[in-house]
Amino acid sequence: MNLNQPIRTAFAAILFAALYLFGFSLQAKTEDIVQFDKPEDAERYNRLTHELRCLVCQNQTIGDSDAELAGDLRREVYTMVDAGQSDQNIVDFLVNRYGDFVLYRPPIKASTLLLWFGPGFIVLMILLTLWIKKRKQQVAQDMPLSANERKQLTELLQKAKDPQP
Amino acid sequence: MTRFIPILVFVGLLLLLGYGLTQDPHKVTSPLIGKPAPDFTLPTVWDASRQLSKTDISKKPSLFNVWASWCVACREEHPLLLKLSKTGKVPIYSLNYKDQPADAQQWLKQFGDPYLVSASDLHGKVGIDWGVYGVPETFVIDRKGIIRYKQIGPITEKDLQETLLPLLDELNHEP
Repeated sequence: MNLNQPIRTAFAAILFAALYLFGFSLQAKTEDIVQFDKPEDAERYNRLTHELRCLVCQNQTIGDSDAELAGDLRREVYTMVDAGQSDQNIVDFLVNRYGDFVLYRPPIKASTLLLWFGPGFIVLMILLTLWIKKRKQQVAQDMPLSANERKQLTELLQKAKDPQP
Repeated sequence: MTRFIPILVFVGLLLLLGYGLTQDPHKVTSPLIGKPAPDFTLPTVWDASRQLSKTDISKKPSLFNVWASWCVACREEHPLLLKLSKTGKVPIYSLNYKDQPADAQQWLKQFGDPYLVSASDLHGKVGIDWGVYGVPETFVIDRKGIIRYKQIGPITEKDLQETLLPLLDELNHEP
C-alpha cells in the first residue's frame, strides 16, 4: 500500500553506512605518513605508538592523539625504530621520562597490585558470598523435620483443609 | 554481624573512589624526582650565540621554569615569578618550550623577564628528556643537580609559600 516505506528504509540504510564510513575516515586523518626501509619496522612503529599513552589526552594512545606532544613522541618513536632500537629500549625511553603511566599495560608491582587484581578480587568475594549464602539455604532445606514438627505440620495442614466455623 | 559486611565493603569502596575524585589525573608524578636532571645544552633566547647547560643551573638551588609565549596559563603565574625574582632569594632559569625566540623575546618585553637565563628548546627535544607534557611546569634543582620537586601547572601564591619556598630554604641549608 505504501511504496514510500521500502525507499525510506533503503535511504536510512545508505545514510547509516555513509556515516559509519565517514567516521572512520575522520579517524584515519590523524595518522602521519611514515616510511620505513623494512616493513617489519612499520609494523613495530604501529604497535608501539598504539600501546603508549599520550599524557595530554590521557585516554588516547600517542598513535591516536592529535596533541602536539603526541606528534613529538611519535617522531621520537619513529627515529628510534628506524635506528633499529629494540622495543624494550623504546618503551624504557618513555617510561624513564614520563613514568609507568605511559604504558597501557603497566607492569605488575606493589603500586599496581590493586589495579591488576582489584576487580578479580571483588568478583571472587562476590562469588564466595553467593556460594556461602546458597550453602546455608541448602543446609536449611536438607534438615529433616523432627517428629514433633511433623505432627505440628499435619495439624496445620488439616486446619487449612477444613476451616472451622 | 555478618550482615554489616556488605555495608562496610560498600562504604570502603565509596571512600576509595571518593578519594580518587579529589586527585587531579593530569598531575602525573614524574619519575625524574630524586634523579639527576637530564643533561642539555641549548642556545639562549636572547642571544643564540650563548648557551645554557645543566651545569649552569645547578650551581646552587634554583628553579627551572618551562614556559612558552603561546601558553595561556604561563601568564597566570608570571607576576608571581617576577615578584620572586625581585627578592633575589632564588635564581630562576627557564626553558622556552617549542617557541620561536623572537616570540619569546616579544613576550618577555611585554610582561617582564624574571629569568636569569632562558634556554630555547625550539623543537621540544629537551622538554621530552625532562618529561614535560604540559606547560607551565617548574622544577626545583638542588646544588648537586638533582631534581627535588616538580610543579605541574601554574604556581600559585599558596604553592610558593607552602611548598616551593620552604623546600628551597631547606635546600639552601644542605651542604
